[in-house]
Amino acid sequence: MLLSQFLVLAAALFAFGVYGLLVRRNIVLILLSVELMLNAVNINLIAFESVLATPEAIGHVFAIFVITVAAAEVGIGLAIVLMIFRNRKSANVDDLNLMRW
Amino acid sequence: MVEMSQLLFAAEEIHAGDGGWWADTAGIMLVLPFVAFLLILAFGKKLKYKGGEIAVAALAINLVWATVLLLMNANGGVLDQTTFEIGHIGSGLVFELGWVVDGLSILMFFLVNFVGLVVFVYALGYMKDDVRVDWFFAAFSLFAGAMLVLVGAPNLIQLIIGWEGVGLASYLLIGFYWEDLDNVRAGNKAFLTNKVADVGLILGAILVGVSIGSWDFGAIDFAAFEGAPELAAVATVGGLLLFFGAMGKSAQFPFHIWLPDAMAGPTPVSALMHAATMVTAGIYLMARMFPLFEYMAQNVRIVMIVIGTVTLFGVGLLAIVADDIKKVLAYSTVSQLGYMMTAIAAGGYTAGMFHLFTHASFKALLFLGAGSVIHAVHSNNMSDMGGLRKFMPTTFWTWVVGALALSGIGLSGFWSKDEILATMGEQGLTVVLWISIAGAFVTAFYMGRATFLTFFGSYKGDGQPHESPRIMTVPLVILAVPAAVAGVLNIPGLSLPRLGNFTEWLAVRLVPMGDHHAEAINLGLAAAGLAAAVLGVVIGWLIYYPDKDTQLQRDSFEIPVLFPLLRKKYYIDDLALGIVALIKGPLARLVDWTSTYVIDGLVNGVAGLVKGFGVFVYDTLDQRGVDGVFNGLSAAADGAGSVVRKWQSGRVQQYAASFVAGALILVVLFVFVI
Repeated sequence: MLLSQFLVLAAALFAFGVYGLLVRRNIVLILLSVELMLNAVNINLIAFESVLATPEAIGHVFAIFVITVAAAEVGIGLAIVLMIFRNRKSANVDDLNLMRW
Repeated sequence: MVEMSQLLFAAEEIHAGDGGWWADTAGIMLVLPFVAFLLILAFGKKLKYKGGEIAVAALAINLVWATVLLLMNANGGVLDQTTFEIGHIGSGLVFELGWVVDGLSILMFFLVNFVGLVVFVYALGYMKDDVRVDWFFAAFSLFAGAMLVLVGAPNLIQLIIGWEGVGLASYLLIGFYWEDLDNVRAGNKAFLTNKVADVGLILGAILVGVSIGSWDFGAIDFAAFEGAPELAAVATVGGLLLFFGAMGKSAQFPFHIWLPDAMAGPTPVSALMHAATMVTAGIYLMARMFPLFEYMAQNVRIVMIVIGTVTLFGVGLLAIVADDIKKVLAYSTVSQLGYMMTAIAAGGYTAGMFHLFTHASFKALLFLGAGSVIHAVHSNNMSDMGGLRKFMPTTFWTWVVGALALSGIGLSGFWSKDEILATMGEQGLTVVLWISIAGAFVTAFYMGRATFLTFFGSYKGDGQPHESPRIMTVPLVILAVPAAVAGVLNIPGLSLPRLGNFTEWLAVRLVPMGDHHAEAINLGLAAAGLAAAVLGVVIGWLIYYPDKDTQLQRDSFEIPVLFPLLRKKYYIDDLALGIVALIKGPLARLVDWTSTYVIDGLVNGVAGLVKGFGVFVYDTLDQRGVDGVFNGLSAAADGAGSVVRKWQSGRVQQYAASFVAGALILVVLFVFVI
């Protein structure tokens, strides 16, 4: 079944993203992992849309929304990363522990 | 409460009207003097007569109502009652204020307003240059107003309110010249003597009111008339207590001691107090409660007759030795009140009230005449007077009219006193009858003495006496008219065209009075009374008329033993003072002891209790209880915070792991459980 293959791909991609999010210590790689998870969702959206073929093409529309949001997120995220790196000379999340009790 | 049907029934029986608009608005008479009182207090000082004109205006308006009602009552009868409920005890005893309009109250309305108005006008002249004139007229209005509240009362409670109001006003007026300590003492004496008697009135009112469940006079009279057993059970004691109260106000022996001292007030006060207000209140109460004594408490009447007879003769004798002209009149008032009380006790409801009516006019006249004399001579003592006949003709002639009326020679007093004698004769009270005739002799004797000493012989005072101004003599002339002719109103067997007679007027009551009155003139008794009076004047003339040549009077006349005893007033005043002194010391010590130990102990105990309670509240409740709760709460929050805050590690990936774990749990829940 074509749909299930898409879903397996998306699940695998999402799982890689979660793994990267939890394991990697570099902020840039964590952001990339988030991008992976977002794109896994996009694959799901397109896959379901191609099967269901709604007249308003909701799946496509949402996929484009997700891409837009992801772009904006990466824009802000990388800007924060850049500022942190300039201040702390480090991109390691373990060093960023100011926001605690 | 009187049922309206009862009222209508009674009205039907005696063919009385309800008085229409005039009776419905009669309450204005009870209110106006109090309005005048307040107005005088507020604006009196700025007015020409210092507020006297307000007082006169109020009574003049009142007199319109009283006169209209009197004429309506004479012309068929008026029986009406208007009440407003003020409150009640439980569901039974209702407390009402209002006004009753019947033969008796209309008569008193007229009397108080008529005599009051004349005296007020007289006072405009008499008090002109005196001190505190505005306050005088304010208190005077209060006096008249309280008396109107009293006589208009539809129930015992309002009567007591008026009763105490009269007592208060009299206290204020007797002690009017309070710069002199003696006057203050006289005021206190009057007030305290009355207060002792008032206890009887209040207890009696409670007893009677509670027994039949109403204080309404109509209801009490009705219960007495129908012989209600619950009233019969308390009738004797209640009647005695009410009579005890009446003894105080009406100065019956031995409570008469306050009345002569009450002369300390300005003379118009004495005139009003002796004629229409204050002393008539006790007689009025007896007349108002007459059915109780007539149908139920007959045995109380014996006590009343004894007291009344002692008063009319014994206190009358005291007037013989008095030098103060006002005290002569004061003792004569007490004596005449004794006549009224005895008459009512003997069943002569009309006779007693008729004597009250005629007495009001001639006694007011005599007092105002005495005031006129005092005004001219600047002394109360007859030893400073003499020969005033030539200087003050108007005062003299009106005085003669009043003195003849009081002595019972021909004028109004003759008819009313004769009626009292006739009632006694009819009731078979022979001893009382002869004492009363002897009392008539004494009355005539001391009035003759006062007249001869004051108006005949040569003037013994200082300065040149002169006739009083018109504003004072005109009231004398006005009062001389009823003093002379009022007797016509109740000549036995005579009913005036369109007016009827006094007996018919007074019979307009809710229940039949069971009045005993003479149907025809008893010529024998009338002759005996008249003879006694004439004899009194003649003996007075023989003793006190000035010697032709020397113009000197024999005031040195003396009867051994009797006169010294009379000058000491039978030692009753001393006795009363002795009793007071006897009680005062131990009582003061008792009060002191009570105050020191009982009351202070009580106060200290209560304070200790309160303090202990406060300490308990602070230490236990506040410090431990309330503070504990808040400390505990904050400690719990603090503890919880120190645990939970550790979760805020600041490690982003830890948060993310929690997030993923949460999401996984939700996935497991959604997919496998639900």
